[in-house]
Amino acid sequence: MLSLLIFLPAAVAAVLLLARVPDRVALWAWLVTGLVTVGLSVGMWAAYLHGHGPGQFGFAEQVPWMPGIGSSYHVGVDGLSLPLLALTAVIFTATAVYSLRERQQPRSYAALFLALQTTSLGVFSALDLIVFFVFFDLSIVGMYFVIAGWGHGPARRRSALLFFLYTFTGSLALLLGFIGLYVASDPHTFDIAELAAHPPLTGSGAAGPLVLAAIALGLAIKTPTVPFHSWLPPAHTDAPAAGSAVLAGILLKMGTFGFVRIAMPLLPEQWRTYAWVFVGVGVASVLYGALVALAQDNFKRLIAFTSVNHMGYILLGLGAAGLAGDAHARSVAVTGALVQMVSHGLITAALFLLAGVLLDRGGSYDLTRYGALAGPAPRFAALTTVAAFASLGLPGFSGFIAEFQILAGSLGPATPAAAVAALGIVLTAGLFLWAIHRLFLGTPRTGQVAFADLSARELWAIGPLLALSVLIGVFPQSLLGVVTPAADHLIALVGR
Amino acid sequence: MSALLWALVLLPALAGVGLLAAPLGPSPVRRAVERATPTVGISVATGVLALSAAAASVRPTTSAPFLAGDPFTLAVDGLSAVVVVTVAAVSLLVLVFSAGAIRHHRARFVGLMLVFVAAVLVTATATTLLGLLMAWEVMGATSYALIAFDWRRDTAVASGTTAFVVTRAGDVGLYLAAGAALAVASGGTPGLSLDRLALLPSPWLHIAAAGMLAAAFGKAAQLPFSFWLSRAMDGPSPVSALLHSAAMVAMGGYLLLRLHPLLLAAGWAATTAAWVGALTALLLGAVAIAQDDLKQLLAASTSAQLGFVVLAAGTTGPGAVGAGLAHLVGHASTKALLFLAAGAWLAALGTKSLPALRGAGRAYPWVGVPFTVAALALAGVPPLTLWATKESVLAAAREQSGALYAVGLAAAVASSAYAGKALALIWRRLPDHPTGYDTEEAGTRQVGWIERIPLLPLAVGAAGLGVLVVPAVWAKVDPGAPTPTSASAGEVAVSVVLAVVVTGVALRWPQRLPAPRWAGSWLRLEQVAHAGVLRPTLRLAALLARGDAALEAAVTGTGHAGRRLADHAAAIDAVGVGGALRGVVAAARRGAGLVLRPQTGQLHQYYAQASVGLAVAVLIVWLAR
Repeated sequence: MLSLLIFLPAAVAAVLLLARVPDRVALWAWLVTGLVTVGLSVGMWAAYLHGHGPGQFGFAEQVPWMPGIGSSYHVGVDGLSLPLLALTAVIFTATAVYSLRERQQPRSYAALFLALQTTSLGVFSALDLIVFFVFFDLSIVGMYFVIAGWGHGPARRRSALLFFLYTFTGSLALLLGFIGLYVASDPHTFDIAELAAHPPLTGSGAAGPLVLAAIALGLAIKTPTVPFHSWLPPAHTDAPAAGSAVLAGILLKMGTFGFVRIAMPLLPEQWRTYAWVFVGVGVASVLYGALVALAQDNFKRLIAFTSVNHMGYILLGLGAAGLAGDAHARSVAVTGALVQMVSHGLITAALFLLAGVLLDRGGSYDLTRYGALAGPAPRFAALTTVAAFASLGLPGFSGFIAEFQILAGSLGPATPAAAVAALGIVLTAGLFLWAIHRLFLGTPRTGQVAFADLSARELWAIGPLLALSVLIGVFPQSLLGVVTPAADHLIALVGR
Repeated sequence: MSALLWALVLLPALAGVGLLAAPLGPSPVRRAVERATPTVGISVATGVLALSAAAASVRPTTSAPFLAGDPFTLAVDGLSAVVVVTVAAVSLLVLVFSAGAIRHHRARFVGLMLVFVAAVLVTATATTLLGLLMAWEVMGATSYALIAFDWRRDTAVASGTTAFVVTRAGDVGLYLAAGAALAVASGGTPGLSLDRLALLPSPWLHIAAAGMLAAAFGKAAQLPFSFWLSRAMDGPSPVSALLHSAAMVAMGGYLLLRLHPLLLAAGWAATTAAWVGALTALLLGAVAIAQDDLKQLLAASTSAQLGFVVLAAGTTGPGAVGAGLAHLVGHASTKALLFLAAGAWLAALGTKSLPALRGAGRAYPWVGVPFTVAALALAGVPPLTLWATKESVLAAAREQSGALYAVGLAAAVASSAYAGKALALIWRRLPDHPTGYDTEEAGTRQVGWIERIPLLPLAVGAAGLGVLVVPAVWAKVDPGAPTPTSASAGEVAVSVVLAVVVTGVALRWPQRLPAPRWAGSWLRLEQVAHAGVLRPTLRLAALLARGDAALEAAVTGTGHAGRRLADHAAAIDAVGVGGALRGVVAAARRGAGLVLRPQTGQLHQYYAQASVGLAVAVLIVWLAR
């Protein structure tokens, strides 16, 4: 069942490429496949809730792959991965809807996104370090082609290459760390479940911190955190809207997911020792991302930097889990971090699709060129404003459930850090309201051009993402039912 | 019982969201909803008033699971019963007024107002920090949208942004308080319960108290946050009548009344609240005297009057909370009326400048007479509401400290002066050739009956709500709670004489009142905030953005150099970056080998495969460029 979910998109992609189906059919096949994966992932979520305790893997499959080195095709789901699998299915479906009118090589485009979806589902399901690594790297290759092939702007190839080389370098560091884990384990294995059951580098002296450093560097580049974020703004600026939505919504989560799936449970002792480093990097990312976003005139770069801000909160919450403090408070912080992964995925994907609309109609991301667009395009203005308020953490949206729990939960374990990070919510409020003002309100900066409002297709691509954010914001139990037990289990693993 | 409470909150929330969504629908829906909006708004507000009255007598409690271990809990107790009914009544009257005053985009306006009302009702009834914080921030967001209602005006939008960002800076305090509450194990009870805050051990107790003070001072427009309220006057007058009298700013005072035990437990926090409240009452009173714009005068007066509430919340006597609550309710009725009157004149005459409004009371006596009742109440003239409630607050202050009482008394003198000033100009003889009309908008030269109606009940409230401080009445409103502090005969005599004399002087010589420049400019608080916080932040942001661009260029440059190198390499041996990367991998392997002492042959095998795989992938990318 799980492998079906993972490989269905890739299989459809192969059929699309080999059977040379008409473009229109290809785009609809992409959409239908997306809907099927949504159904499958939601079904698995429901089944998991009814049959499994925290820490147990559901839908596990294990097939020998490279038995000589203790690596197998091992996949499974738990409370950490189920929300991200569902998120992957939802966001790829939203991009499929958004891309229904794609004119540039639509068949290859659909196939590429479907293949990318398989790599994403694979990363979140992987229970073997090599499987994780393979999917992780293939996602980089796929995204490279999305940016280089379907991006815009004269620098897209360069941006794509920068993205590729930077994140690939990160994945090499990651591989190095994985090998460290393998070598230290006894018997040697790449199996995540086994490594988590018997953390290999406990009481190991210098090797443990080095392995954690390698893994953390690889994941920090992918997440990205300050100061490893330089690939992100150009990649987003030049990527097509759907590519940006997937990049921010899903690919960034591979970094943060790596922390909760690998770094924390496999290196608990080291995580506790160096938790303050992650807290520090998190706070730095929160403030740096928000401040640099505040200075942007380019709407897409602005959203890209708020991603750095939002990912910083995740690191703060995860770092706090490794510090001393009340167990419930730390569980709240980790729950917040896990919610933030889903929340940021939904909201930022919506924002990037909306940025795509802006480029499509106005030909530019430059905030200073617009103004008063709420007149000709009230739906576009309303949805963007809603997404902005969701992103700045207004209660009623998922962002609040995430950031409130991260800040409130980590104040006890990491008092000064959380207090400073809380200032981030003021900065994001200011920068989003200022952007909304410049785009939609006040007087037009340049002569008012005709600006068509959202089409039904765009509405159906973006609306559901925001509706899900509201669902989580108003009924958080819909998500926390699976996330909180997973967070508690993770705290227990880190506390060993 | 819990259904009643949910209905009270959900009715305005859902109706509001529905009205907000309607303008995005197809145009027949849009037009139909737009036409029906005033009726819908007034009906919903009437329903809310009925539900709130029922809730006030039944005192329901309700709870729903929300976060793990921290449910979303609402309850109506003595304190919230009074506030819930007040807010519901004022919002109904304001929506009636708006049915006449707001002519365009009614669905958006009433929708925002109803969502705002729902948020206030949750704020007032929340028994945990979670519900409080959520509703608190939604209040802030709707306030932004209402101040910026006329979104084509850049100043209105900027003012809305200012109001939201400044109050959110205070809201950070609520996040900190929640963190402090969670930092200590709660032993199974909901950790975020408001009642638990006062029991927290140090230092969490003090963090929670400091956070609550910041949040309350921000929303209640106390020093040093007061300036956002001045900017908020760019919004429509009915917005000010609800948000800046009965509801949003009042919630700042209400929060401190509710958290009185926390302030007392922290000690310094109560003292701080008392003094910030007293100084805000005095200094913003001086600011109000110096204003020549009616809405600005009323806004400064709102800060000052909320100062009395905050002062009460910071005093230790048992009757302090009752005194503060009575003043809060009395002020809500009084100030809502004054803002509605200012709005009626603004619509009729196109101005809110006091000199231009000379004689407006004579021209529109249906507005002028209720305005007079409220202004005299604001001046502290007996036996009107604010006279009685302020007496009670001052008595509570005097029980605690002579200095606090003296500052409070001086602040009372200031309120007599500014209220008298406004009143004097309104009743001056109408000039034969009035000047200064239509400076802000084209006046209609009429005030419709639908705008007049709500002024009358509000005037009754401004005149008679002082009975709240009568112990027998109080015992019916909030049985079991300590009655508001009673003033001694001597105190009453002093304040009555002061109020009557100062009001008389202001009525006689309204333009001779002191108006120093610092007071006219709202203590230059906004300029200070700009110079001290906003501009340094923007400079830092610009600096970091430049640094970030340099970092990006450096990284790209590295890539470029690598590419050139690779091109050369490719020309020589057609290996390219793949080779370079392979070299990196090999070096890494050597490094790893040193550190980790790999022990298996198979690992090397795999590693070679991985390296080749990487190289192939890079080559594919390279060729596909």
